[in-house]
Amino acid sequence: MAMLSFERRYRVRGGTLIGGDLFDFWVGPFYVGFFGVLTVFFAALGTLLIVYGAALGPTWNLWQISIAPPDLSYGLNMAPLMEGGLWQIITMCAIGAFVSFALRQVEICRKLGMGYHVPAAFGVAIFAYVTLVVIRPVLLGAWGHGFPYGILSHLDWVSNVGYQFLHFHYNPAHMIAISFFFTNALALALHGSLILSATNPAPGEPVKNAEHENTFFRDVVGYSIGALGIHRLGLFLALNAAFWSAVCMLISGPFWTRGWPEWWNWWLQIPIWA
Amino acid sequence: MKSLRNKLMPLIAAGAAVALLSGCEVPIGMEAEQIGYRGTGMEEVNNPRLQAKLLEANQIPEPQPPASQSGPKAGDVYENVKVLGDLSVAEFNRLMNAITEWVAPVEGCHYCHDGDNWAAEAPYTKMVSREMLKLTRHINSQWTSHVAQTGVTCYTCHRGNPIPENTWRTHGEPPQAGGFAANRYGMNLGSASVMYASLPYDPFTPFLKGDKDIPIVPLEALPQRLGEGEQRVSFMDTYQTYGLMMHISGALGVNCTYCHNSRSFLTEETTPKHSLALIGIRMARDINTSQLEPMAGLYPEEVLAAHGGEVAKVNCLSCHQGVFKPLYGQSMLKDYKGLN
Repeated sequence: MAMLSFERRYRVRGGTLIGGDLFDFWVGPFYVGFFGVLTVFFAALGTLLIVYGAALGPTWNLWQISIAPPDLSYGLNMAPLMEGGLWQIITMCAIGAFVSFALRQVEICRKLGMGYHVPAAFGVAIFAYVTLVVIRPVLLGAWGHGFPYGILSHLDWVSNVGYQFLHFHYNPAHMIAISFFFTNALALALHGSLILSATNPAPGEPVKNAEHENTFFRDVVGYSIGALGIHRLGLFLALNAAFWSAVCMLISGPFWTRGWPEWWNWWLQIPIWA
Repeated sequence: MKSLRNKLMPLIAAGAAVALLSGCEVPIGMEAEQIGYRGTGMEEVNNPRLQAKLLEANQIPEPQPPASQSGPKAGDVYENVKVLGDLSVAEFNRLMNAITEWVAPVEGCHYCHDGDNWAAEAPYTKMVSREMLKLTRHINSQWTSHVAQTGVTCYTCHRGNPIPENTWRTHGEPPQAGGFAANRYGMNLGSASVMYASLPYDPFTPFLKGDKDIPIVPLEALPQRLGEGEQRVSFMDTYQTYGLMMHISGALGVNCTYCHNSRSFLTEETTPKHSLALIGIRMARDINTSQLEPMAGLYPEEVLAAHGGEVAKVNCLSCHQGVFKPLYGQSMLKDYKGLN
């Protein structure tokens, strides 16, 4: 892990939120910091607890290991370890690790004098997770509404929660989220292919730059959003995809208990045609 | 320009959030019931405010005051009593009063009886009522696997209406443009029969009149190769099945996980309620084909013509009316032995 020649220049002191100089050092390429220590602690504890749960569970099949939340009857209380308590502690570890990681990103941003776009973006992903395992369960009054930690079991949960509302594709926020996911994929594909095409010209030709890139899209669709703009757009699309995914789950149950197709009756009842 | 944009954006966002939530329910005190292993998402979430309305709409009327079971039989005292003849006269009249309250509270006795001759085979509603009494007994004796000892009475479907509000007929499709738009296969009508989804509006004709196969789950990964005598499952088959399922969900006020664990729709993965639903589907089919359709001859032609030449038929909503057990499982049958 040799350090690159210019890297040392950016290994500046300070910018920490907590801990002062105590953890202000690097291990190989990684900045540590107080939140780095916390991240490792929570991630390791959470992972070990999952392994512990798996050890006491019925299977070592990676696909089938599942750490399930408590029964609804426990409400918002703690449950015994093997009846969902493990899930509750692992959830705390996960949130602790995710938030610590985001705060570690903040410290690095401060060191480098950058904006906080990266931790803000990561924060939206954390918000989506917290919505599923904290906000929605609290609104519905039981931790048991969270999703189980298992490769297949969490998919079963997704499927069943969808079918709780008869036809989830009619969930308006789900529609918006899906549209953002697809648009995000389209934008990244267009951007990625454009950059690769500009930097891989025919043999003997010089590498092309922004002029060519902009001209290509102006020729194709009459408009180029620009080198900075595409990244703004990408961030906007990606964050909205995660945000509306969280919203579509948040409203399913706390804000709507019937089938999602029925929600659209306001449309059918518009006086023009009703 | 920028400051205007900065002020407008939060306003637009707030407006969009209000618009989105205005069609929603108040997120306080939702009730949840777990119906499977924890963490599988097998649960019902209900709004107590909607449930209270439903409960109010599904109260049963007070039973008629008890009548003497002894004394002469109705069949010996009255003329032309073909179904209820073995009841005592007092019990017979008690049941007649109850039926009036259940079926024709506004129209009264003369909805089914000729005032000059109570024993006459007129008007036609009397003959229909007689067959309906037989139908009630048929359900209460032959379909205890679905209605159990709770049973059904006239009120289960009629609820104070001469014609029950929740029945169906095999109509032609609603008016539709010609040309390329000529056939939309009954889809995209936002019909209540399929809980406002785009699915074909009539899942009843194939399943509750015909005996079309409901299961559509492929049993192999790429089910293109058909064995001897096997039928390909078309998209329309899947839509119709999904439509019937939507109807059952709406009729019972439950979601899909009430009967299914959606990780697989094969029968082995279903909840015990699924068996009851299977029997219920066969019961509705039996009522429609062996009981209601044969009554067509009893109706005057003009009455039948006014309804597309067809008798009204039942589906799950006819009895359930939004509740997992009709009238929340309150048995009215126990108070009226003549219907058993």
